[in-house]
Amino acid sequence: MPTVSMTVNGQAVTGDIEARTLLVEYLRENLRLTGTHVGCDTSQCGACVVHVDGKSVKACTMLAAQAEGSDVLTIEGLADGDDLHPMQEAFRNNHGLQCGFCTPGMVMSAVDLLNHNKNPSEGEIREWLEGNICRCTGYHNIVKSIQEAATKM
Amino acid sequence: MYDFNYYKPGSLADAASALAGAEDGKIVAGGMTLIPTMKQRLAQPSDLIDLAAVGDLKGISSDGSSVTIGAMTTHAEVAGSSDVQLVIPALAAVAEGIGDPQVRNCGTIGGSVANNDPAADYPAACLALNATIVTNKGEYSADDFFTGMFDTALDEDEILTAVKFPKPDKAAYMKFPNPASRYAMVGVCVAQTGGAARVAVTGAGQDGVFRASEMEAALASNFAPEALDGISVSADDLNSDIHASAEYRAHLIGVMAKRAVAAA
Repeated sequence: MPTVSMTVNGQAVTGDIEARTLLVEYLRENLRLTGTHVGCDTSQCGACVVHVDGKSVKACTMLAAQAEGSDVLTIEGLADGDDLHPMQEAFRNNHGLQCGFCTPGMVMSAVDLLNHNKNPSEGEIREWLEGNICRCTGYHNIVKSIQEAATKM
Repeated sequence: MYDFNYYKPGSLADAASALAGAEDGKIVAGGMTLIPTMKQRLAQPSDLIDLAAVGDLKGISSDGSSVTIGAMTTHAEVAGSSDVQLVIPALAAVAEGIGDPQVRNCGTIGGSVANNDPAADYPAACLALNATIVTNKGEYSADDFFTGMFDTALDEDEILTAVKFPKPDKAAYMKFPNPASRYAMVGVCVAQTGGAARVAVTGAGQDGVFRASEMEAALASNFAPEALDGISVSADDLNSDIHASAEYRAHLIGVMAKRAVAAA
């Protein structure tokens, strides 16, 4: 059984896993970080988006072994104690979620966008969210949330 | 997913020997196709050889008249490369249009080219831009490399290491993406170099990517959208599926080719 070691939300973790373990399974089942969701499980919906070495990826389509040695950030690692991350705060302010299932992936994806494009246009935001599917909101308030977060990040 | 042995060799030589020594070994690059395929149990490799730690497979170099892209370079890296944007902007645009941002952060040019998915974007770019496919054993012209749906000239134990693109005078890629998957229902890449034109079509052919020779001849004498007026594409040998009939795809090839020529 291979051993994997990585940093998750700033903490070093290590575990013995089957080679076929997906990163999202490792996060949810081994580390009990269940904020990262599995929606479609076919790399389309984006509910499982996390950051690996600073880039957003779909954790349902990456093996945990591929993340060996990497720095992984999940939705649980965004807030600073009781202080929400500006993106989380903006989603709350703007009603950027309804059922909340897609939200962890939306937030992680949106944070990656603002990390390399500080002031995206509405069109750039909508295009960036191509890999994140929301069945409730119609995306409108999600876009508004990201626009607000862009003024604060 | 069936279980497998996982290796992450640090050199190309080690990767090649792991592949040669495996019962049914498979190379994984970005994994954007292979992992979903394995999850559906449509592939069951005994051994997975991850090229992520082979350092010299990553990166982009340019001498102004060509661009060489390491096999493990991601779509996001190609799209964002100032060298690619300067020398072959159409190629940066191809990379920018693949999948979604998360797929572009993982998916690689080597993986896409070696997989030769009949609806993938890069095979059309390689074929239209007359790319050279470099492996650990030698080189292939794009014309010789793509041999059929999900099929290439690669030997069982051969590893794609880089793709070299000569600079065209003009080029552009236009695709009609499937709204859900962003795979090309039809994608057409056109390139003009000297007096010659090349037109490559993805997403439509039953045997995968192909060149549209009648269009190439017309564009060689006049590289303009109207040069393609009156050229009808046969629906024979094109794909029909729930998204589009062969006839619809045949029509789209003409539309996308004209748009690509206009954009080049």
